Amino acid sequence: MNYLEFEKPLAEIEGKAEELRAMARSNKGMDVDKEAAGLDRKAQSLLGDLYKNLTPWQKCQVARHPDRPHCKDYIDALFTEYTPLAGDRNFADDHAIMGGLARLNDRPVMVIGHEKGHDTQSRIERNFGMARPEGYRKAIRLMNLADRFGVPVVTLIDTPGAYPGKGAEERGQSEAIARSTEQCLRLGVPLVSVVIGEGGSGGAVAFATANRVAMLEHSIYSVISPEGCASILWKDAEKMKEAAEALRLTAQDLHKLGVIDRIIAESVGGAQRDRVSTMRSVGLCIDDILKQLAPMSRKDLVRDRRAKFLNMGQAGLAA
Amino acid sequence: MNWISNYVRPKINSLFSRREVPENLWTKCPECGTMLFHRELAENLNVCTNCDHHMAISARDRLRTLFDNGVFAEVEVPQPIQDPLNFRDQKKYPERLKSAQRETGEKEAMLVAEGEIGRTPVVAAVQDFGFMGGSMSMYVGNAIIAAAERAVKRKRPLILFSAAGGARMQEGILSLMQMPRTTIAVDMLKEAGLPYIVVLTHPTTGGVTASYAMLGDVQIAEPNALICFAGPRVIEQTIREKLPEGFQRAEYLLDHGMLDRVTHRKHLKDELVTIVRMLLGLSPAVKGDLPAPELTPAALPASTPDAAEGK
Ligand SMILES: [Zn+2]
Repeated sequence: MNYLEFEKPLAEIEGKAEELRAMARSNKGMDVDKEAAGLDRKAQSLLGDLYKNLTPWQKCQVARHPDRPHCKDYIDALFTEYTPLAGDRNFADDHAIMGGLARLNDRPVMVIGHEKGHDTQSRIERNFGMARPEGYRKAIRLMNLADRFGVPVVTLIDTPGAYPGKGAEERGQSEAIARSTEQCLRLGVPLVSVVIGEGGSGGAVAFATANRVAMLEHSIYSVISPEGCASILWKDAEKMKEAAEALRLTAQDLHKLGVIDRIIAESVGGAQRDRVSTMRSVGLCIDDILKQLAPMSRKDLVRDRRAKFLNMGQAGLAA
Repeated sequence: MNWISNYVRPKINSLFSRREVPENLWTKCPECGTMLFHRELAENLNVCTNCDHHMAISARDRLRTLFDNGVFAEVEVPQPIQDPLNFRDQKKYPERLKSAQRETGEKEAMLVAEGEIGRTPVVAAVQDFGFMGGSMSMYVGNAIIAAAERAVKRKRPLILFSAAGGARMQEGILSLMQMPRTTIAVDMLKEAGLPYIVVLTHPTTGGVTASYAMLGDVQIAEPNALICFAGPRVIEQTIREKLPEGFQRAEYLLDHGMLDRVTHRKHLKDELVTIVRMLLGLSPAVKGDLPAPELTPAALPASTPDAAEGK
């Protein structure tokens, strides 16, 4: 288990319980069960308390937790017959973006998402979930394919942002993102997005301009990273806690602002502590939304999406 | 906007447009260091007469120099809710807004206007880098939507001048949501079969570039304008290497196939007129300075390309 900074008190208690049990294993006749169980209960209640009132900056840390399920995990857990479709037909296949045909409860869908990777090698291969233009252009191609065959599109959002690189800029990062957003808006099939970790700025919008957007309880969605915002507005990257507060990037605030439609509950202690049940909740949510959108005509789906975004920004947040 | 501002203000604009430049002031060209007489600089559209460096031009001056004889009517932009996040960094957001308003004399970072260029009725939207870095606020999003709606209603092309440091961070996610919102506006024009021409000016960056500024039917940039998604400093920090000379400048983007043209400011108006008239199937325009169109309440805002042709 990777403990986050704010989980240190929890790490101590769980560490003590583990120590006791280890001692008991090497010293026969030593009875620690009761004491260890007490520590377990204490840890469990502390975990509940910690996660009940996460600060925005703590949520950022949870959203970026390395043990959190990523796009590939969701695809493996929720979809069958996943058939990856690669390449933008222009330049390359971007491994930061996964995508392909799959079935969700037997219903064919096009699933597209950012994949961050889970160890050093896969993180490098996935470029930490930061897509290049070819990633967005692959997604555009897949969305277009889905549209022509009446297949709903599901996008899983988890990216620090689009990749700020030399080649990415030369090949038209801006244009690729803009076209991807445009493609989302033109789809005559249902488009459902779930922010499963980090919704990083334009790199997220390019896939999340959807009929319905859901967010996991401890995920974030922001115009800029708290670190970036802190260094620009506070001239001090260490002010990321303040920036995270000010940006209102939590699922709860975004729901109040009318930017997202649903919040998906995570298990106590975050998705990283019970990956299976969190992924199951995400699957149920997607399925429910797809059922809700299924009767809508192509025209209505486009109209619904447009109206959703045009009407956004009617409600503000109190101090 | 009431009747007065709609129909009287254009005349006021034309009266004052060439007289606001102070007489005895000099500006130093940041590029070549030449001292330039203010009046001369203004007459040269804020382009250095020595080295052709394109300096910033305010949104209002841009409209004055774009429209025939400096005459235009502003299009009303719906006011969004104020300070939706209750944002405060070292300053409160409303205070930052107020000081930007004081400095620029404008309400927000985008102006929308309609009028004629080369006797061709168009709607124009101009982003003002001088107003909080031209950042993409809900107001800016509303302005682009209002511009597109007006263009569709009047069956006119939309010419948009972009300039932005990126998102309005103080509006957080609602700033980000202007990417899809403005993309919808662009789609409205495309569905209506109306030309959407983007003129990218220095600098155009971030979410602005990654939405409406890169979706034009024709993409024109001013010389040496910085146009990018991620800024050069961010990229240098990420890849830890020096970037090539001219990286992310207009000419570099032209070389990489991201733009149609890079055009000197003094040729821009004629070029816009030429392109728009061909796309609309109109006869070639008479070039150069034209007298102001006759303003009657019925004629200006309601005129269509056909009406302008005198058909
Ligand atoms: Zn100069």
